[in-house]
Amino acid sequence: MAEFRLPSNSIVTKGKHFPAPDGATNTRNVIVYRYDPDSGKNPRTDTFEVDMDTCGPMVLDAIIKIKTEMDSTLTFRRSCREGICGSCAMNIDGSNTLACTMAIADIEGDITIYPLPHQAVIKDLVSDLTNFYAQYASVEPWLKSDSPAPPDRERLQSPEDREKIDGAYECILCACCSTSCPSYWWNSDRYLGPAALLASYRWIADSRDDATGERLDDLEDPFKLYRCHTIMNCAQVCPKGLNPAKAIAETKKMLVQRRM
Amino acid sequence: MTRNDKRPLSPHLQVYKLPITAYVSIGNRIAGVINSVALFILVLVIASAAGAPTDSSTMLWLLNSWLGKLAMFVFTFTLYFHMCNGIRHLFWDAGVGFEVETANKTAKVSIAVAGVLTLITWIIASAS
Repeated sequence: MAEFRLPSNSIVTKGKHFPAPDGATNTRNVIVYRYDPDSGKNPRTDTFEVDMDTCGPMVLDAIIKIKTEMDSTLTFRRSCREGICGSCAMNIDGSNTLACTMAIADIEGDITIYPLPHQAVIKDLVSDLTNFYAQYASVEPWLKSDSPAPPDRERLQSPEDREKIDGAYECILCACCSTSCPSYWWNSDRYLGPAALLASYRWIADSRDDATGERLDDLEDPFKLYRCHTIMNCAQVCPKGLNPAKAIAETKKMLVQRRM
Repeated sequence: MTRNDKRPLSPHLQVYKLPITAYVSIGNRIAGVINSVALFILVLVIASAAGAPTDSSTMLWLLNSWLGKLAMFVFTFTLYFHMCNGIRHLFWDAGVGFEVETANKTAKVSIAVAGVLTLITWIIASAS
């Protein structure tokens, strides 16, 4: 059963206020979710007045600036700073996205930053993605072929067949989509979520893969696939512009079509 | 999955700015629930008109009260809203209309069409 409220140990309290450095004239409030596992206290939100005149354009720049200049204990994941690694996925201004590709100028008012929604928080903006990765692994995201690979070249695919996996192979596993999905919030123990289902479809749609039947069998389950109710949050937030909802619908269609 | 229960759960509904598609999705569910209840009441209305134990004059009085009219007005809307979104889902089941812009547009259209059909229905009903 869906639990709409946060457990008592997760209720967010008001935290500290970090004023802008002296002489800063162009500042913006960055409100950040903080959780310190060593303190034994509930999570809190700290407010940082960040000097925009000396800050880079992206939300990630602001977070790095906070860590460098205001509070070095702030903890978050980041790596590539160009939207290809998927590390800095978080909930910014009420929506999941990558901090590195989200421009501060596109946010009105205070900049609120939370970890990816409905996940166990390890520290600050770092959430536990163990379940998410396990679900990805469960769809066996690799080529399964009955025939041996040609000895002298790669497995060939027509341009038309190759096109079928466009929009499915580009996923960077940032978890923005799955953690934006209310269905995933309430059923992440049994529903695979948009990211894993998109990954599954990437192999189902691949002409070189011979395990289509087994892959579809595995998804024919009341929860794994069919908890998708086309809420569309996944496609709304995907920082790569992919559409997991459509991939899920295509998978559902294939399940119907193979019965006819 | 071994979950460390001491870890807090990150905020979800508390902080998430749901897009219109999500509101229409949950709205469609709520409309479905309202329709189920309303159809049950409709059976009672028909049964009372057919001389079932419920007195039809009591039922008429109830339906003509402002509360009864409001309930019927809401039911008219939820019925049309559920129908419009049912059509949306039919298109989705066929793999059509998944682009974010299209989905946002059809969400708004489903609200607008349901509203217009509700008004037309009530204009016709009150004129006859």
